[in-house]
Amino acid sequence: MSAQAPPRTELLLQLADDELVLGWRDSEWTGIAPFLEEDVAFSSIAQTEIGHARAFYELAAAELDTTADELAFDRRPEEYRCAPLVELNLVHDWAKSVARRWLYETADAIRVDSLKASDWPELAGLAAKIEREEAYHALHAGMWRDRLTRSTARERFATAVDELWPYALGLVEGDQRRILCEAAGREDVPAVERGAHVEDWPALWEEMTMVRRTVPGGSW
Amino acid sequence: MAVWEVFRQEREGAPFQHGGSLEAPDLAFAEAYAKEFYGRRAESLALWVVPRDSVLEIDEPYVAPVFDRDYRRVDGYSIKVKLKEARERAGTPAH
Repeated sequence: MSAQAPPRTELLLQLADDELVLGWRDSEWTGIAPFLEEDVAFSSIAQTEIGHARAFYELAAAELDTTADELAFDRRPEEYRCAPLVELNLVHDWAKSVARRWLYETADAIRVDSLKASDWPELAGLAAKIEREEAYHALHAGMWRDRLTRSTARERFATAVDELWPYALGLVEGDQRRILCEAAGREDVPAVERGAHVEDWPALWEEMTMVRRTVPGGSW
Repeated sequence: MAVWEVFRQEREGAPFQHGGSLEAPDLAFAEAYAKEFYGRRAESLALWVVPRDSVLEIDEPYVAPVFDRDYRRVDGYSIKVKLKEARERAGTPAH
């Protein structure tokens, strides 16, 4: 696969990589979330994000003459297009993980909404389907944000949002950043842009791709 | 954290039946978890989510009578015999 994909495929890879990597990161809470009910809900949301990644990869794979699995797991770490926000390892910091979920869902809603107007019918249709599931994610993220904002952890949560905000802006581009600022009620600041990867990324890539790399080209 | 009881309706017109319970700190969380656990696979048409504290549990529903009032019960009461006698009186043949 060439390093530079056509523009519309480039966008698909960004979306797919964001969803895959965030799904992977959130699934790191499985078994250790604050309480049992949340453990199930958080894991389920992580799984849904990976499902969305799969749908985006399949669309991209048809364009690039490859498969969803190859796109998800057979690229080099530097070939992934995900935003640095989703790469951060936040396990053991629940306030930060909730802050990321809330910021991600807020930005993703704006992005998915614009995709519904895409002149690529498959992508527009997919966005409409994904939006239905993202509504539940947004409900979940919103209720946690409200609760932490009112709790004894409110300062910790506010600090987490402050820290992650420049990363959240990096999820979207152009006019969508202005819409994100309005939706989140925050000022525009220099964003942590896509392209560079954070130092937590190589270890995650190692883990994500480990099984497939043991048997290159194997079928499962 | 409060316990919430979840009742689910499988089909339109069907009675709501107890599905299970969950723990949640407030109504918003209870709603989200109920949807997640009982609605994600389209297995329910509607849900009732009730705080357990709001359920009146009666675990001694009937005080056994001291006196013999077995006429209040239907066991041992043979409708078949009574029906046969009634039919004979009315002159209608049994089928």
